[in-house]
Amino acid sequence: MQTVTTQGAEPLLSITGMKKHFDLSPPLLNRLIERKPVQHLRAVDGLDIAVPKGKTFSLVGESGCGKSTVAKLVVGLYGPTEGKVIFDGADLTDLEASQRADYRRRIQMIFQDPYASLNPRWRVRDIIAEPLRSFGLVSSRQEERDEVGRLLELVGLNPRDGEKFPHEFSGGQRQRISIARAISSRPDFLVCDEPTSALDVSVQAQILNLMRDLQEELGLTYLFISHDLAVVDFMSDYVGVMYLGRLVEVGPAKEVFHNPTHPYTRLLMDTIPDMEMTRRDRTPVAGEVPNPINPPPGCTFHPRCPLANARCKAEAPRLRQMPGDARVSCHAAEEGRNPPLARKPTGPENAPVMQLRASAGGA
Amino acid sequence: MHPMTQTPDPLLQVRDLSIAFDTRHGPLRAVDNITFDLAPGEILGMVGESGAGKSLTGTAITGLLERPGHISGGEIHFEGRRIDTLSKDAMRPLRGRKIGAIFQDPLTSLNPLLTVGKQLVETIQTHMDLTKEAARARAIDLLAEVGIPAPEQRVDHYPHQFSGGMRQRVVIALALCADPKLVIADEPTTALDVSIQAQILALLKKMCREHGAAVILVTHDMGVIAETADRVAVMYSGRLVEIGPVEQVVKHPRHPYTRGLMGSIPVVGGGLRRLTQIDGAMPRLTDLPSGCAFHPRCPKATEACTQVKPTAVKVDDGQVACLLYEGAQ
Ligand SMILES: Nc1ncnc2c1ncn2[C@@H]1O[C@H](COP(=O)(O)OP(=O)(O)OP(=O)(O)O)[C@@H](O)[C@H]1O
Ligand SMILES: Nc1ncnc2c1ncn2[C@@H]1O[C@H](COP(=O)(O)OP(=O)(O)OP(=O)(O)O)[C@@H](O)[C@H]1O
Ligand code: SF4
Ligand code: SF4
Ligand SMILES: [Mg+2]
Ligand SMILES: [Mg+2]
Repeated sequence: MQTVTTQGAEPLLSITGMKKHFDLSPPLLNRLIERKPVQHLRAVDGLDIAVPKGKTFSLVGESGCGKSTVAKLVVGLYGPTEGKVIFDGADLTDLEASQRADYRRRIQMIFQDPYASLNPRWRVRDIIAEPLRSFGLVSSRQEERDEVGRLLELVGLNPRDGEKFPHEFSGGQRQRISIARAISSRPDFLVCDEPTSALDVSVQAQILNLMRDLQEELGLTYLFISHDLAVVDFMSDYVGVMYLGRLVEVGPAKEVFHNPTHPYTRLLMDTIPDMEMTRRDRTPVAGEVPNPINPPPGCTFHPRCPLANARCKAEAPRLRQMPGDARVSCHAAEEGRNPPLARKPTGPENAPVMQLRASAGGA
Repeated sequence: MHPMTQTPDPLLQVRDLSIAFDTRHGPLRAVDNITFDLAPGEILGMVGESGAGKSLTGTAITGLLERPGHISGGEIHFEGRRIDTLSKDAMRPLRGRKIGAIFQDPLTSLNPLLTVGKQLVETIQTHMDLTKEAARARAIDLLAEVGIPAPEQRVDHYPHQFSGGMRQRVVIALALCADPKLVIADEPTTALDVSIQAQILALLKKMCREHGAAVILVTHDMGVIAETADRVAVMYSGRLVEIGPVEQVVKHPRHPYTRGLMGSIPVVGGGLRRLTQIDGAMPRLTDLPSGCAFHPRCPKATEACTQVKPTAVKVDDGQVACLLYEGAQ
C-alpha cells in the first residue's frame, strides 16, 4: 500500500491492488468464423492510492489512461477485477447490501457534463431533494424545503431558483446545481470527474473557488480528475500521474508539478498550452501511442521514453520513494541516470502573468 | 464599415447575422448583428461566456439551426455563394463534404448501436467515391491521426467502449473524413488532455496549411486560442464585443469583458490563490440590460453605458464594441 500520501493524516479512502480489465472480445461466433482472438483491455492495472481526510488527491494522465474507470470503481459503478476500495476502514468491494447504503450516501460523484446529469423534467428543488428523501435525511416537507434552500444558498444560488427547471440555467449554474445535489446527502467524499471541463473559464473559476470553500467549510475530501494541469495545480494537495492504468509518479502536488522526476511527467509538463507563446507548434508527446490491449513489455512507457534502455524493455519498474516526497516508478530515476531538470518548467517567476494583467485591467 | 473584419478573398463572410427564438412572449434575440470574415487557411478562435451565442453562430453557418431558432437577419456567404437561404436539401451535400462540423456534445453525434468503424465508413462513402475496403482503410488512418491507439483493433469497437476523450476524437475523425474546406470545431478538445489536444490542434493546423481549410475554433481554453488561432472573436450576450489578431486580444485585451476573461484562467505555478472571477452571471435573454449588455458586471461602467448600445470601433488591428473606445475615435 502507498504511504506517501498518508503522512500525518489517516487516509479516508484507499485503493489497493486495483485492477479493472474489460473483455472486448468479438462475439463467440465471429471469433470462430473470423478467427479473431479473445481481447482484454487493462484499463486499470494495479493501482494504489490513499487520500487523506480533508485533502484533495488528483489523477492526471492522457486520455484513455483509466482515470474515469478509477472514479467509477470508487463510487461502485464498476466492480473491480481485482483489488480493494477501503473507505473509512471498511472494504467497499466486500460489503453486505444493507451496509452499502450508508457508504453510497457518504461518497458522491460530480460528473463532467452538467447538461446530461440533471433530469430535465424535474424542478431543481426536486433534483436536490431526491437524495435527502431516498436516504431519509429529512422528516417533513418543511424541513426538506429549508434544507434545499440552504443548499442553494451554499452554492451561490437563490432559494427561489428551486422552482425552475434545469434548462433555465446556464452551464455554470447547472454545475452548481449538481454540486448542491452531490453535497445534499452530507457526503464526506466527493469524486469529481472533469467537473469544469464543459465550462468556460470565468464560470470555471467560480466553480473551483466554490469547491475549495466547501472543502474548508464542510471538511470534504476530494478525488479530483482533470486533464487541465493548471486546474489540478490549483486544486490539489496530492497528485497521481497515470500511464496505461498505473501510477508512474505520485506525491505532494508541489513536488510533482515543480520538481517532476518521471520522464512522462516531465513530458506532460512540457505540453501545457502556453499563454505567452502564441501560435507556436507544440510538440505532442512523441512516439507510438500506447495500446492498453497489448501494452508494451517492461516499462510500458519505454517506446516513447528518451531514457529507455535494455532493462526498461524487460523489467517493469515499481514505485519507489524519491529524495523529495514523491514516489516514482522508473529505472532511470532509481539508478540516478535521469538528467536534472533543464529548467523549472513552472517556476513562479514566469507564471502569474495573466493574473497580474487582469487585476491591472480592473476585472 | 467593418475594416478589420474584412479579408481580401474570404472563404466565409458573415454579415450582420442575427439569430432569434420565437417564444410565446415574442422573439428572443440570441445572436445580435455579428459580422466577420474568414480567409482560406485561417483559424478564427471564438470565446465567450457560456450562453454567449458561440454554438448558435456555428450552427447557423452549418445550416442546422432548429426551430424555434432561426436566422432573423443578415447573410452568410461561403465561397462567394449565399448559403443562409439554401434549403435543407441544398445544404446537405455541402455539409460534410465542404463544411465539417464538430459539435460540443460528442455523445449525441455518435450512434451507440453501431461500431465506430461502421459509422466512419458510412460517412466516408457518402461523401467520397471509395470502395468499402478503401473507406475502411481511410477510417483506420483517421483514427490513427486523432491519436487512437491500435486503430485497426479499435475500429470494430462500440462508442461506450471508448473513454470520454477517445469518443470526442472519433467525432473529430468523422467531421474531417471528407477533407472539408471549412471546419466548425465547437469545443473540440474540452475533454482531452494536453498531449492529445496538441495532436488534434496540430491536425487542424495541418489541414489549414496543406488544404487551405479554414477553421472556426470555439473554445473556452485561452491557452488553446493563444497558440492556435490567427484571430480571436470574443462574444458576450449574443454580440461580438472584440475581434482582432490573437497577439493583440490575448496580450492586450481592450474590452472589459475580455480583460476579466483573461484573469479567470488558472496557470500552473499560480499556486492556491483565488482565481479572479467576473462576478455575477451573463444576463438572461428575457431581460437584457439596456445600453451595453455587460454594464451590470463591468468595473468601468459609466452612466452612459446603461443607455447607449456600443458599436464596434477600430482599435489598433482589431475592433472593440465598448463606449470607452468610441470617444477615442
Ligand atoms: N432551443 C433553444 N430555445 C431557447 N433558447 C435557446 C435555445 N438554444 C439556445 N438558446 C439560448 O441561446 C443562447 C446562446 O446559446 P449557445 O448555445 O450559442 O451558447 P454558447 O455560447 O455556445 O454557450 P456554451 O459555452 O455554454 O456552449 C443561450 O442563452 C441559450 O439559452
Ligand atoms: N465499459 C467499457 N468497456 C470496454 N472498455 C472500456 C470501458 N470503459 C472504458 N474502457 C476503456 O478503458 C480505457 C480507460 O478508459 P477511461 O474512461 O478510464 O479513460 P480516461 O482516463 O477517463 O480517459 P479520458 O481522459 O479520455 O476520459 C480506455 O482504453 C477505454 O477504451
Ligand atoms: S523505466 Fe525506463 S522506459 Fe520507463 S520511464 Fe524510466 S527510463 Fe523510461
Ligand atoms: S460600454 Fe461601458 S459597460 Fe460596456 S464594456 Fe464598455 S465600459 Fe463596460
Ligand atoms: Mg474520462
Ligand atoms: Mg456552446
